[in-house]
This record gives sequence, C-alpha cells and structure tokens, in this order.
Amino acid sequence: GESLQQEEALLEPASRLQSLRDRDTVTRFDREVSIYPSLSVIVPLRVQPSSGRLTPSVLQVDPDRAGRHDVPLDLSTRVKFREAARRVRPKKQTNSFMYKSFEAYNFFTFNFEPDPQDGSERSSRKRKKLKKAATEEDRDREGGNEARDEEAPLVRDEEEDLFVIEQSSQDFLEVRKAEYVGYRKLIQRERESELFFTPSFRTVPTSIKLPENMKPRYLEDEGLYVGERPPVSLTNENILENRILKMEEKWFGDDGRIMALPDPIKESSTRPPLFHMEEDLDPALQTVYRKVRYTPTATLRSPPVFRSADPEGDYQLDVDVSGLIFSHHPLFSREHVLGARLAQLYDQYLTRQHNNLTGHLTDKLNGLRSALRNMLEIHGGQSLTQAINTRQLRDSEQEKDRTLLKNIVKVWKEIKALREFQKFTNTPYKLYLRRETVDQASDEQEYEDEIFAEVVELEAESEEDYQRKLAEYKKQLEEWKLSRRKQELSESEGPLEEGPPKPEPPEKPDFDSIEQRVREKASRIRRKPGESILIPELSASGNITASELCPKAEIARREDVARRSLFIKILYNDKEVSRTDSRSLNTDFRVHFGQIFNLKIVNCPQSINLQVFEEIGSSCSLLAQVFVPVPEPSVLTGGVPLEEFEFSSNQRVMFDHEGVGSDVPLSFEADGSNKQTLLTSGKLSCCVSWGIGEDDVPLAPPVSQQPGGMHSGLGRLDAVSYIGASGLYDMKKIGEWATQSRLDPNDPKNSSIMQLLKVASSGEVTAPEYFRLEQLQEEFNFVTDEELERSRRFRLLRLRNQEVAEFRNYKCVPALEREVTDKVFQDYEKRLKEGEIIDTKEHLDSHRALVAKYLQKIQESVINRFLLAKHHYLLSDLVVEEEIPSIGILGLNLFKLAEPKRPLKPQRKERKKVTAQNLSDGDIKLLINIIRAYDIPVRRPQMRPFVEVSFQRTVLQTTTADGPNPCWNEELQLPFSAPNGDYSTASLQSVKDEVFINIFDEVVYETGTDKDRGTTHTRAEKHWLGSVKIPFSTIYSQSRIDGTFKVNTPAVLLGYSKERSHGNSGGYDILRSLSEGAFITVFITIEPQLVPGESIREKFDSQEDERLLQASERFERDAAQGYPDRPCITTVIDLNGKTVFITRYIRPLNPPQELLDAYPNNPQEATGLVARFVSLIPSLPDRVSFSGACDLWSTCDQFLTLLAGDEEEHAVLLCNFFLSMGKKAWLIIGTAIPEGPTAYVLTFEQSRYLIWNPSSGQYYGQYDTFCPLQTVGCLVNADNVWFNVQEYASPMRMSFDTTKAKLWKPFFSRSFSHPGLSSVQPEELVYRRVDKAAATELQDRIEKILKEKIMEWRPRHPTRWNRYCTTTLKQFLPKLELSGGRDMAEGHRHELQSLLGDNRISGFPLHLPFSEIRPIIEAVYSTGVHNIQASNVEFALAVYVHPYPNNVLSVWVYLASLVRS
Amino acid sequence: MLNLCSVTRKTVVDVLCGVVFQFPEYDNLYCKYCFVYGHDWAPTSGLEEGITQITCKGSQSSHKLIWNFPLETTFKSTNPSGWPQLVVSVYGPDVFGNDIVRGYGATHIPFTPGQHTRTIPMFVPEPTWRLQKFTSWLLGRRPEYTDPKVVAQGEGREVTRVRSQGFVTVSFHIMTKDMKKLGYDTGPSSPRNTQSATSGWSTEEQP
Repeated sequence: GESLQQEEALLEPASRLQSLRDRDTVTRFDREVSIYPSLSVIVPLRVQPSSGRLTPSVLQVDPDRAGRHDVPLDLSTRVKFREAARRVRPKKQTNSFMYKSFEAYNFFTFNFEPDPQDGSERSSRKRKKLKKAATEEDRDREGGNEARDEEAPLVRDEEEDLFVIEQSSQDFLEVRKAEYVGYRKLIQRERESELFFTPSFRTVPTSIKLPENMKPRYLEDEGLYVGERPPVSLTNENILENRILKMEEKWFGDDGRIMALPDPIKESSTRPPLFHMEEDLDPALQTVYRKVRYTPTATLRSPPVFRSADPEGDYQLDVDVSGLIFSHHPLFSREHVLGARLAQLYDQYLTRQHNNLTGHLTDKLNGLRSALRNMLEIHGGQSLTQAINTRQLRDSEQEKDRTLLKNIVKVWKEIKALREFQKFTNTPYKLYLRRETVDQASDEQEYEDEIFAEVVELEAESEEDYQRKLAEYKKQLEEWKLSRRKQELSESEGPLEEGPPKPEPPEKPDFDSIEQRVREKASRIRRKPGESILIPELSASGNITASELCPKAEIARREDVARRSLFIKILYNDKEVSRTDSRSLNTDFRVHFGQIFNLKIVNCPQSINLQVFEEIGSSCSLLAQVFVPVPEPSVLTGGVPLEEFEFSSNQRVMFDHEGVGSDVPLSFEADGSNKQTLLTSGKLSCCVSWGIGEDDVPLAPPVSQQPGGMHSGLGRLDAVSYIGASGLYDMKKIGEWATQSRLDPNDPKNSSIMQLLKVASSGEVTAPEYFRLEQLQEEFNFVTDEELERSRRFRLLRLRNQEVAEFRNYKCVPALEREVTDKVFQDYEKRLKEGEIIDTKEHLDSHRALVAKYLQKIQESVINRFLLAKHHYLLSDLVVEEEIPSIGILGLNLFKLAEPKRPLKPQRKERKKVTAQNLSDGDIKLLINIIRAYDIPVRRPQMRPFVEVSFQRTVLQTTTADGPNPCWNEELQLPFSAPNGDYSTASLQSVKDEVFINIFDEVVYETGTDKDRGTTHTRAEKHWLGSVKIPFSTIYSQSRIDGTFKVNTPAVLLGYSKERSHGNSGGYDILRSLSEGAFITVFITIEPQLVPGESIREKFDSQEDERLLQASERFERDAAQGYPDRPCITTVIDLNGKTVFITRYIRPLNPPQELLDAYPNNPQEATGLVARFVSLIPSLPDRVSFSGACDLWSTCDQFLTLLAGDEEEHAVLLCNFFLSMGKKAWLIIGTAIPEGPTAYVLTFEQSRYLIWNPSSGQYYGQYDTFCPLQTVGCLVNADNVWFNVQEYASPMRMSFDTTKAKLWKPFFSRSFSHPGLSSVQPEELVYRRVDKAAATELQDRIEKILKEKIMEWRPRHPTRWNRYCTTTLKQFLPKLELSGGRDMAEGHRHELQSLLGDNRISGFPLHLPFSEIRPIIEAVYSTGVHNIQASNVEFALAVYVHPYPNNVLSVWVYLASLVRS
Repeated sequence: MLNLCSVTRKTVVDVLCGVVFQFPEYDNLYCKYCFVYGHDWAPTSGLEEGITQITCKGSQSSHKLIWNFPLETTFKSTNPSGWPQLVVSVYGPDVFGNDIVRGYGATHIPFTPGQHTRTIPMFVPEPTWRLQKFTSWLLGRRPEYTDPKVVAQGEGREVTRVRSQGFVTVSFHIMTKDMKKLGYDTGPSSPRNTQSATSGWSTEEQP
C-alpha cells in the first residue's frame, strides 16, 4: 500500500510540473503544430482537487515534449516500482504470480494516460475505474489480504480486457484515501486564523464584475462567433472570479464572464496507438533499440515525413484524370479556331446567363431607388452613392451582355463565311438564335421609365455637386475679398502682395445634355425597345465533311491529327508516379482518359503535377504542365466534382498544311491584317481527392498536418470559385471578396485569411517593391553616417584611399580623432573652394585664368581615367618572362659573338631600371654632362664662358673655358626630389620643374691694386649669354637626352658681338642666318634610371569606322615592327577622349588677316610672321599636364581658345595656315631634341623642303646640320598618311617625295581607298581683335611684379632703378618686336652707349610668349642679372607686351644693370 | 607629422629556419625577404629587406633545408590598416647552375603578441605556354614577378597563373606596445606578460 502512495506522490508533482512547463510553451508549439504536420497529443489529466489549489483542468501536451519528459519519468517510476516490489516481495511469498516490471509499468502509465483511440468514453471509463480502485483501496486497507478475492467481479464489470497485472496490483500496494479537507472546513479554518484569504465559492453577481453602469453584452446573441469555452466547474469558476475580484484585475469580458480562450482540446486524439499487450506481437516486429542519429541538414531539407509507425499513415490520394480539351492546338484548322472561340463565348454566355448579374443588379437598383424615395420622404437630402454605384455596375454588366451577344453572332458569321469559302466543314458547331418577341408598348414604357429614373438621378447628383461647388466658391470668394481688403489697407506700406486669385463661379449643370447622354448610353448598351430578345443556342450536331471531299492540305491535317496521341504523366512531389494510357487525338480535339490513380503516399504532399505529353509515332514531347493544388483533407473521393485546369505552352509549331500552328501569327482578314498569335492551350479536367478506405474511413491526414495555411483558410469557403485560382495571390481580390462575402472576423476558421488581409491592408507591412541585396547592412553600421562624415580621421583615411592629390601618399594618419587637425584639410578645402574663384594674381588675365581652370578640369578627368586604367594589369606588368628567341635574334647574337672587340669605342650600356617604389629623397640624381658649345657671342678681348645649371633651385656651375667655342666636358650632379616625397610614376610624370642650362661669361674687373703686397683685387661679374631649358618630364620620359641644342640667346647682348660663320657663302641668305646662333652639346640622364611611365592602354571609344580603326591598328603595328624607332601615328585622341583619325585634323584654315596684311608684298615675311604668331601661343606639354596618360589633340579653334597646347597643336595650326596660304605643307611626325616624339611642319617652297619648328617659329632647310628634327616617322596631310620606309630617318639623308611607294608607305592605297573623312576642324577661324588697352595694362602689372621680385631677391642691397635708362629701353622694345628680334643689335648698342655715356651697362631683352607670370619670373631669375654685388649698381627694367590677334601676347622684358665707372 | 600622433609600436622578432621537403634536386637555396606595409606604418629599427645565407640539405634531416636566419624588425604605426606582411621569395640554382626562383609567398605578421608559427605555401608563376616553359628551362630564365611585393596584394594577380611549390615555415615572436592605449586589443586574455622567446622559420617545398 505504501508504495502506491509513493507512486502517486511522485507522479502527481511530476505531471504538474510538466503542465507548468508546457503552459508557457503552448503558443509556440501551437504554431509549430500548424506548420509541421506532426502529431500532437492532447492528454487530459485529472488533477485531484484535494488541495483546493486551482489547477488548469485541461492541459495540452506537446507529443515530443511529453515524450521527452516521459522518459526520465518512466525510468524513475520504474526504479521506484522495483524498489517497492523488492520491499513488498518478501511479504508476499504466497503470491503465485510472477510480475514483470514492465507490466507493472504499463499499469501505471495506463492509469494516468488515456487511451487515445476511444477518446472521452474510455477516459471516463478509466475515471470510473480509478474511482473503483480507490474504493477498493479503502477496502483493501480495511480488509487486508482478502481484498484480492473481491477483485474478480470488478474485472468482469469492465468486460473489456483488463491487464492481468491490474487484477493483482493491489495485492502489494497499500492504498489510503486521500485526505480531503472540505471547502467549508477550509473557510472555517481560515476564519479561525484570519490570515489567509479563501475566496468564496458563491456566484458573483454580474454587476460587480463589470464596470459601473454597464450592461452585460452577449456577443453570441449579436450573432458573432464565440469560441467554445473550456469546461470549468461552476464552483471553481466562482472561486476564481472571487479571487480575481479581490485582486482587482481586469479579467472579465463584456459578458461578465472570465475571459477564456477557446477550448484547445482537439476533437480526435492524435496520439499514436499503443500495441495491446494481449495481441501477439509478431517476432519480426520486435523493436530494436538504435541510437538516434541526428543529421541537422537532412532534417532541414527533407520534407516532413508522416510517421511510418503510424498505422493511420497510409494516406491515399486519388487522382482522377478524366480528359482534356484543347482550346487551341497547332493542328487546329482555321475553322477550329473560330469554333473554339465560339464555344468559349457561348460558355461565357451560359455562365453569365446563369448568374444573371444584370437581373440581380436591376432588381437591386429598383429596390434601392424605392428605398431612397422613402428615405427622401422621411429625411430628405441623402447621399445617392450606393444607387449610383449599383447603376454603374448594372450598366457595365448590361454592356458586357450585349457585346458578348454581338461577338457570338459575329463569330458564328465568320464560321459560316469560312465554311462557305473552304467548301467543307470541320467542326460540328451550329448556332441557333431563338427570338423571343416582347410586347412593344410595355417594353417601350419600361425603357422610358428607366431613362427617366436615371435622368432624375443624374440631375439630382449634378445639382448636389453644383451646390457643393457653389458653397466652396462662396467661401473662396469671401477669403478673396478679405485679402483684397487687407491689400488695400497695406498698399501704402509696402509693395503689393500677390493675393489669391479671384475664384471662378462654378458652371450650372446642363440638364438638357444629361438626358441626351443617358439616351445615347442606353442605345449603346441596351436592347432597343420592342426589339425581340435573342437567345443563342449552340449545338454540336452539324456534320463534318468527309475526308475524301476535302482538299489535300486538309486531308494532310486530318492525317496528322490521327497520328497523334496524348498521355498524361502524374508527378507527385516531382517524381513520376504514374501515367495514363496513351489516347489518340480526336478530330474534335478532345481526349478522354477516364482513369483514376490511387496514390498511396507516405511523404507529405507538396505538389501534384500533371504533365501532358503528345506522342507522334515513337517520339513524344511535353506539351504542358498542370499543377493541381493539394486537396483539403475534407476533400474526399466521390464528393468532388471534376475541376478544369487550364494549361498552355509557348512552343512554336508550324505546319505546311491546314493546321494553323502555335505561336504563329494568324489572320482571318482577307488582307492579312489584325493578326493574332495563338498558343497551344487547353483545359485538363481532373480531380484530386483523398481516398476512402474500406470501412469508409477517409485516408486523409488530419487537418493540422496540411501545409500551406492559406489554402486551408480559403478552401472551405468558396473563394476560389469567386475570384478564380489565380486570384488567390492577389491581395486586392481577396480583400474584395472578404468584404463582400462578409466573413466573420471572429471565426477562428477565418483567422488565417483575416490575418492575411490585416497584413495586406495595413500599409506598413506591405512587401516593398524593391529587392535589397544587403539587408543586413544596417547590422554592421556601428556608427551613423553623419558621425562617420564628421570624423576627421575617417575623412582623412577616405581621401587618401580615393587618391586625392593632396593626400595621395599621406603617411601616418593619426590614431586618434583629436590629433587630426583641421590644418590637414586646409589646402584641399581651399582648392575645392577656389575651383570657382579665379585667381587674378596668378594669371593676370581673366581669359587665361578661365583657360587654366578649363585645362585643370580636363586634366582631372583624364587623371581619373588614368588612375582607373592603372588598376588594369597585364601579365607583363606582373611577371617578367623571357620571350621566345626568334631565329633572327639567335643569329644576331651569334654574329655578335664573332664581332671584333673594340675597346676604344665604348658604348653606353643599358643600366638597370629602378622601380620608383622604393626610392626616397636623395636617391635620385640628375647627371648633366656639359660637353661643349659652339658660336657663342664674343666679347673682346677675351671671354671666359662657363655653364651654370640650375634645377629645383640647386645651382651648379662648370669651370670657365676660353673662346667662343669652349669645351668643358664636365659632369654635374644635381639632386632630385619629388614633390611630397612621392616617387610613384604618376607623380614623377607630373613634375613640372625644368633644367636651366645657362651660359655665362665671367668678366673680371680690377677694383684696385694693393701696391704693398703686389696683389690686385678683382671682382668677377657674370654676364648671361643664353640658356637652354629642358623640362624634367622630357628627361624622365626619354630617360636620356643626348645632343646639340640651340642656345636661346637674347636678341641684343650689349658688349658682345656675333662671330660670323665663315665659308659656304653659296647658300641661301636666310638659311645661313638661321644657322647662326650658339649651340651647346649636353648629355643628360637620371641616375639611377627610372622606369618611365607607360602610356595608357585604355581603349578609347571612337566614332570612326571599325574597319578604319582596324586598318590603322595594323598599319601602326607593322610600322612598329619594321622600324621601332620611327614614331607612327594614325589615330589620336581628341579632347573628348575619343579616337579620331589623324587626317581629319588637317584642313586649310585662314590665319589672322592682320598678319597677312602686314607684309602684302612680301610673302616670305608674312610666312615668318604667321610662324611667329603660332610660336607665340604658349606651349604646354600635355605629357606634363596629363601626367603621361595620353596625348590629347585639340582642334585649332579649341587650341586658339585655350591658348595652350603642345607641339602637335602648334604643328597642326601652322600646317593649316600654310595650306590656306597656298603652300604645300605636311605634318611631320618624328622625334626631335629635346622634345622627343613631336610634330613638325614640312613645306615645299621654291623646289626645296623647309622644316618648321612650330613651337619656336624657326625653320630649317632639309640639309641643315642643326635641325633639331632627328627622325622622320611619317608625313600627314588631309588625304593620307605616309610612313617612312627608307633606310634612313634623319631629314638630311632622306627624300620627301611621297609619290615613291618604295620610300613612303601610304595608309590609303588602291586597296584601301580614302573613305572621304570629313575634317574635325572648323571651316573658318574667327579671331578676336587686338586689344591694346588690355596689353598695356598687363604690361604695367608685369613690370610692377618684376620690380618687386628683383628687390625681393636682393634683400641685403638697395635696389635703385635708373629711370632714364628704363625709358630708353622701353622705346627700344617695340622695335625689337617689329623686327622679330633681328638685326637691331648694333644700332641699339650705339644708341644706348651714346645715351648713357660712361655707365658700364650689361643687360639684354628677354622674349617670351605669355601664359602666366611665373615663367617670366623664372626666366628673369635664371639670368642672374640681380646678382650683381657692386654697390653703385643701378637697374633698368622695361616690359613690353605686344598684342596679336586672339589675345596672343608677346612679352619682352629688358633687364639691364648699370655700373657707373 | 609623426610626432603629432601617438604611435602603435609593434616589435617583430623573427628567427628563420627553413625546411625543404621531398626535393632531392632542390638544394642550395637562399631566401629573400621583405616587408610590405601600409602608408601608416614605418619601420623604426631593423632591415626592411634582406637575404639569407645559402643552405644545403643536412645529412641527418635529409629533406629539410634549414636557414635559422633571424630577422628583427620594429614597426610603428598609427593605424592597423596596412598591417605588415612578410614576403618571402626563395631562390636556388637549377641543373644548369642558373639562379632561378623557387617560390614566392607572403603572410601577415601575426597580430597577437607571443610566439607564432606560420607555414607559408609557396608558388611560382607559370610560363604562358609550353614552348616557353621549355625555353625558360633551357635558358634558366623562369618567369618571375616584376616585384615580389605583388604577392602581398591581390590587385592584378588575376592575370597570372602560378604553380604551388613547397612551404616555408616561419616562426614569429611578436611584441606589441601601446596597442591597448589606442583601443586595439589584440593580445591574449592576459597580455601582461608578453614573453619574447626564440623561434624559427622553416621552409618546406613541395611540387
């Protein structure tokens, strides 16, 4: 007896605990249940009310959880039981039964778990049993061992098979009555103690439970659905209510009852049945324990499987495939198409007729009208909207009816016409139109009434509208008047404010037109009064013409039809489970299958798919797929009508016979218009339902197992038939249907759809119309964007990453925000700001400032493009690989081995190139080897010239040499430092520094003699003789510069004379005079050798013909292969970044008229002047400005607007001028020193060739030794490009006769003729007039700036200006300009000397094209005139700016120093 | 600029020891190393790049080439971005005695203080085509990277084709300073005792 008590005590708290645990998970697993079709077990547990504690009487237990809890429970109980048994057994030795522990266990579990199959009945029986057991226990206690004997009738009572053990369990169990304290007793006890509150069990009056002055409201009486409340005993409820009242909590509903959720008990138990003990277990079914293998992926992926152990799991789906009808088939003849259409229309007609919407609506309208009339009588002035809506609906329905009827008749007529035309019939359709005569008078009366009613309504409506508008108008008018008055008042004070416009009064409705409109509409959509009603009737009773009588094409079609057969595959969960027999296609395109497939299923149904296959001979093809929804569990075989599923396929089929095909445009009109494209389509009639077992048991899974909540929510209601299957996914339609069908929102059956609608209607939850790729982005935003923006440190990092020029190589970004000062950004922000402001200080000229800005913009865009392109790598950028040696190279190498060694003729070796990456300041040196100079101006009696090289403000000089042809042969090393210490290629390419090579003459004056010591004091002065400047970028790109350069000497050198070159007086005067001038031979290189920046590889887009581009690519490739050192250009890039063929740039263009007018009689002078004009346009090497990215060619007008460009632009402009002046001119693409690859101009005059340097305006004869042009790559004119294929490339040793194909390879030849490329140049150039005033102003400003600068450069000495000398010089400068800087020296010197008498004067005029002030300052500085240390020195500075058309300016600076001797 | 910012210090103490496996014909290898680091990093002591001695296979550990070459470098930085990487390239003579590259490899220097061992897989660029493979073998001029530093970055690597070749084992001893002060906690749970000890790097080469 003791042990059972123990057992109970153990079980009860455990189950209670379990219940508590489950309670909090109820909602969660509820949802789980609905999602996963797992079996849930509902276990009613009985709780002993002995303690008076309130426990939920009904508990829901998750099967899994319950099972999990059970296991330890079972174990513990089992152990307990064993212990008990062990204790008991010695007492009961007489017991003849051998009790197995599991049997006992079964007994205990059975006591507390209901039998699921028999449901409540069983449980109640069990309760009874328990009660009986309890009584027995009582007895047992009293009667001791005798109790066993009394058990027999009890078992018999049960009549069902009780377990054997049950009969004897009491033998060893001591059972005691549970101690029960009555409620009254409890209260009594409580009263005694006064400590506890024990709620009363009396019924609480409703009035207390509800808020004051509120009547109880019974929702159920109002027709609302109220769920079934869980059964709770009245006493308990009362106690609960009392307690809640005491606790003052809101737990009462409107009806004054405790709020309760619907009863969660399922109708049927879903617990898997247990095997009955007495059934002999098949030995094969012995359970074997296996450890659970848990594979998370498998459980995720595989669909939920019905419990295989579940005997109910043998579900059956019946798929009834009855047949299919084609609404279009490729083998349809035209008549079939029409027939199908007719049938379709007729079907539509029938359904419409069946629904009789028009009739309904008419009735409704009439009803509404009468109701309205009543209402008007009572209230007057009510809204008409519902009537209007109904009327509009009715009208549209009527219109549809009428058009449908019309269409039916039309199609039938077409069929008839077609049958007549083709002289045979294919379809059995026949249409009869039955006439129903109507009573003319009454009909007319009705018609008129209808119209009248409508007119009245419309009138009322428009009247109402008018009234509303009028009221509004009046309101507005009032406002307007008010504002007017205000305005009038305020007129004196200020300007007139714009008041609201005067409102327009609304128009009165036009009642006459209303009736007209109504009549028009009626005649359109309604049957005319008196017209008989037409009722179409379609029958398929017609005869089909026999095949023999048909034409050949039709016979072919029919044969084709006969050959075809169809079958349907049934795919369950995408696996083929069955297929129908193959049935041949009938002439009426209907196939009857009539097969039912019973699918025994284990897996949860996810998709049922029917595939329609067409068989022709042995080959079969998939026509279409039909997805059939998985039926509701309530859909059982026998009770479901066949459904028709539409299908279609977009396969293109064409025939050569009568069949119209599919996806082929088809026209019924004679002229082939109004084409239609028909696709194979049809209807498959089938039905899928759950099977019924032998004993009428539905073989369907329980409701909860059904996946897809939406379908189950809708399926029971007739939503599908209302909005169609496709509409199920259209929220709007569902919503419409839900409102119209007045769904009960409180019915739990509708909960899923109501929730869906709620989600759909509330705007927030609507699915966005965009797809977000990084929906998790926000998770990773650790600060807001604003904060990120504000962070200076982050900004710095970002700018550096963007490779913004100021920050490109910024080192060591501070670690903390506060350490980043705003100073860092100052430059950058200034630059950003100044993008808009023109700095006149820098530029002196607004136009040039604009140009500079424009250039900067181009430069930026090109640099950006370049930076992008830099990230595209080729294999050769990354990997050094030996090329496969060709036989030629091998042979050459062999030949070299045999070559005799010539130690006395050393050759410059290629040095190893250094990548710029691991360089730092001081690593790079510029090596300048000054070799010798020729023909420098001579000073008598003896001159001591030396060379001074300045670069980046480092100045080095050679020793002095003697005579006019000095030889120094000295090497100077100048350090080089890159801007910001950035030695990357891009940065080096943009270095704008220039190397100045100045030739000076050292003049030694004796200042006095110290007689005591016998020494003389001397003072050395240096006089500037001339200079050569070479930009660093040229050195960098060419890696070495080796040659003889013309020294840029001033036009006048006071105190110096030119030694005339002797000999060859037979030459032309001009030529000889040109070869005059000083020359210097230098060799310049960079140590270590840097890798020059590679040219950009990016392919620019082009508007040129693809063929031309290919040809030019081929031409250039061939040229590069044959003569790698000769530049060849056929395509260039214009300012827009587009590839343009080079000949488009050449076109005769007019030079400024002023220049031509200057020397009307001397064409040679005019030519010189034009060349000078071109050379005065400042040169801007675009290799510098565009950082070596690419060479951009601007057209002449762009060039003249920008007033800056490199050699190519100069050359093109000069060439075009020459062409317009009637000369034969070509563009030479070649290399020159010091420019490197460049463009010159070649002219043919007086039977000799002249080579023009466009950037200096100089010209050279073909045989001029000092011509800077070294190699000639190709010649270009407007028609063609010729590539130099001669042996030599230097102009002296070659012929310029382009007609000789042996010497010049033309681009356009007979095989590829000139396609007539139009020019990119403008037709005519327009020049701006000479602006003298601006020039004068500029002149003054330059003078002022230069004077300031010179004083600045002499900080320790006073700088005095000799005004007299300055004016003299000033007068002299215009003359120099006029003469082009020639032949003035002698006269001028004499003039000056006579003027200034005993002053020792040294100085010279400088001539520059004007671009910016900076180059002028640099040039003045490099002459070193200011360096004179003598105390009594005076300076003279004169500036002259000569304007040329189009704002081209020539600047002369005359700087002289005077020392009084 | 540098004095403005407080500086993350980071000491790298490396001892190299190399092991080459399974290559009887690869012998007499030496190793060039260099560090690649971002803008904010600056070496304060030690060499940025260097070269090890040539090592031959030992008699006992037959297939290993051991350099045991210590390199010691200290970096400072203000920013963890551009954390230094060690780039290693191994060279050795081929059958004709030409010095050719045997492998490139790179690894980030470990973040956490303490002792670390890294095994760097090595690779060499492949010739573009077969014939070139043959001629490069014949002439002893295998394809090489223009700059070994490219193996430390991803940009442009897509145009190359490489073959893997052996491993180099490097052992690091890392010390950091003031990282926490700047808000970077890279250390192990108790970074108080950052111990510095000896270490080694080793190379293994495999085809």
